[in-house]
Amino acid sequence: MTHHLDGNVLAGALSEVFTTDVTAARARCGGCGRMSPIAEAMVYTDAPGLVARCAGCDQVLATVVDAGDRLILSLAGLSAIELRR
Amino acid sequence: MSFATRGFSGRRRAPDDRLPPGQTLVQDWPVLSAGPTPHVDTADWEFTIRDETGDDHRWTWDELLALGAEDVTLDIHCVTHWSKLDMPWRGVSLDKLFENVESEHEFVMAHSYGGYTTNLPLEDLLDGKAWIATEAEGEPLDPEHGGPARLLVPHLYFWKSAKWIRGLTMMPSNDPGFWEQYGYHIYGDPWKEERYW
Repeated sequence: MTHHLDGNVLAGALSEVFTTDVTAARARCGGCGRMSPIAEAMVYTDAPGLVARCAGCDQVLATVVDAGDRLILSLAGLSAIELRR
Repeated sequence: MSFATRGFSGRRRAPDDRLPPGQTLVQDWPVLSAGPTPHVDTADWEFTIRDETGDDHRWTWDELLALGAEDVTLDIHCVTHWSKLDMPWRGVSLDKLFENVESEHEFVMAHSYGGYTTNLPLEDLLDGKAWIATEAEGEPLDPEHGGPARLLVPHLYFWKSAKWIRGLTMMPSNDPGFWEQYGYHIYGDPWKEERYW
């Protein structure tokens, strides 16, 4: 069965490129508008990259591809992220 | 002087020669998925090829099988570094599905139940290089492996062999599909290790 984890699994990969813990940040889904912490996303890890989907509507919120010497990150499914100072 | 070379005898190459660079041989069949597994009943399944006129060429499950499936044995190569050799498959050649499709467009977007997409040049789907696969290892394809039917394009990395295939749309340009947008190579030749952008 295809399974998924919660958004906390993104923390390791994103800590390589962000100075703040993005998984704790709230974000808005560009599909259904749901506002929730990234940590509540459904993350599919048995894939060529990490795929975070909205817990409300399944839309792809973010992807992380480990390309060896590069990390290729998409946040295209999010309309906004709230980052605390 | 010795000039005998591997391959000269015409025997099948040893497994190592059949592994593209950076690949490891597996005996099991890992399941990879970027989202929930769609469960599509063959009674509801439909496959469509859409050309630039907007005309749809449609096949039901029975109509697909009536075109004639063939058995093929081939190697598959996943971009996550595993390869599986001598895998028996059964499917309908894309040549049969494209027989009556007229299009000037040279590229194709594959669409799946569940929303997955992947892009391919049309020429990579023709001349006996690709199938709509309905069985693997002698069994109907499990939903986890893309059943009831998946695209099978074994000469490219396996993310191009879209699970849960529902249709192909002709495109004038090589627009990126799902993984191609998010970092993976636009073409994906395993022998050239075309993994990422």
